Amino acid sequence: MPDPTITLEVMRYGPGRDETPTYQSYRVPYREDWVVLDALNYIKDELDGTLTYRWSCRMGVCGSCGMMINGTPKLSCAAFLKDYYPSAVRVEPLANFPIARDLVIVMDDFMENLSRVKPWIIREDERPTSEGEYRQTPAELDRYKQFSMCINCLLCYSACPVYALEPHFVGPAAIALAARYNLDSRDRGSAERRDIVAGPDGVWDCTLVGECSVVCPKGVDPAGAIQQAKLASALDWMKSIVLPWGRR
Amino acid sequence: MGPPMTPYRRPVRFTWWLGHRGYTLFVLRELTSLFIGAEAVLLLLLLHNLSKGRESYEAYLTFLTAPGMIVLHIVALAAAIFHAVTWFALAPKAMVVRVGGRRVPPPAIIAANYGALAVASLIIAWIVLGRIP
Amino acid sequence: MRSTKPLWWLLFAAGGMVAALLIPVHVALIGALAAGWASDAFAYDRVLALVSHPLSRLYLFVLISLSFFHWAHRFLYTLAEGLHLKTSWLPLPVACYGTAIAGTVLTAIVLARL
Repeated sequence: MPDPTITLEVMRYGPGRDETPTYQSYRVPYREDWVVLDALNYIKDELDGTLTYRWSCRMGVCGSCGMMINGTPKLSCAAFLKDYYPSAVRVEPLANFPIARDLVIVMDDFMENLSRVKPWIIREDERPTSEGEYRQTPAELDRYKQFSMCINCLLCYSACPVYALEPHFVGPAAIALAARYNLDSRDRGSAERRDIVAGPDGVWDCTLVGECSVVCPKGVDPAGAIQQAKLASALDWMKSIVLPWGRR
Repeated sequence: MGPPMTPYRRPVRFTWWLGHRGYTLFVLRELTSLFIGAEAVLLLLLLHNLSKGRESYEAYLTFLTAPGMIVLHIVALAAAIFHAVTWFALAPKAMVVRVGGRRVPPPAIIAANYGALAVASLIIAWIVLGRIP
Repeated sequence: MRSTKPLWWLLFAAGGMVAALLIPVHVALIGALAAGWASDAFAYDRVLALVSHPLSRLYLFVLISLSFFHWAHRFLYTLAEGLHLKTSWLPLPVACYGTAIAGTVLTAIVLARL
């Protein structure tokens, strides 16, 4: 009896060569413990060395291998073939991003938004290490820990219809990371993040579709971060109307 | 120098919300706002006709008994309930309540909201109908 | 003046909370009215006396006005997402929030006249 196989329908696009993307069909061995990434590596090693895609840790912590698997944004290292077998598996680059080549997307906009939210501890006084560590209680850690789990995999951007329609929207992960630092007791930088979080292209574009949190592989709940940011920004705005002096 | 490495931008269809259950439910949720607004208009009209006198008020009541209005109310009730259910489900995301350093679990917040819905409904019904139905 | 977006969102959020808690029972009550149930409770004199109370007028003003603002904000974004327009394209927010403001003014006038 021949060994079982499964078909992958993979989107291909060669810049300068193709006008529009096409699909290419590959038949790969079916193994119960294989993920889509294993199948892609098999294709690249044995069938078609020209297939281009990003991957690294293959265990769901680096955020490199995000792709659309049957229309849903997933990490290809976390999508098991056995959940699709014996049907074919459609593999496409992450939605809502320009395609650079094959399964590789252009993420320059996100990288720029990421630096705009200043994802680091901001303080007026940087204490020298000789003065000891900043102390933080478990309760203080609890306020932001969930939002610190983001691996920048961009699945949330692929799931967000607002980002699909408005590429200038700063987006779930960037806002969740801004929230992670705004809620960190060591940070004093929320005023510096205000323009991007509460500005045009910030939280107010979000209509709480909630799909970002559904697809997040690390349970970050960016939708929750955005909602908290909306409330915080709205209260901040009210304070600026009622008490316009003394804004940091 | 080779050909230009132009990235390809996939177009977004107008039917983007039909292909995925989560998106479709989202749009249905957003459309409940039409029924909330419609109910507010009907309430306003009730008050307006009330202020114009007995005849106007009773004519409005007759208008409300038209089959179309009854159907509208059945749909509006479903929409109002769907709005409440989805609103309460998402309430814990915005309302992070901390008691003694620990976060109140989301199901507790949701349950409190349903409790408030039950109490408010009973009070309003009692006031309007003169007795609990 | 800085962005007014927080204002509309706060009104939307307040309206959504009020609508979630109160609109279901009001729809059920008007539905009962439409179905001809409890007609003695909805008699003209009784209803007029009920809504004329200052607290009733305040309650109804808040309920109706916030429901309008809840609709306006949500509908604005639904239109923009559905028709692939920007929420900042002025005719849209002016139409939506303008309608809510007009509705609020009308509500105040009607309640004052009771």
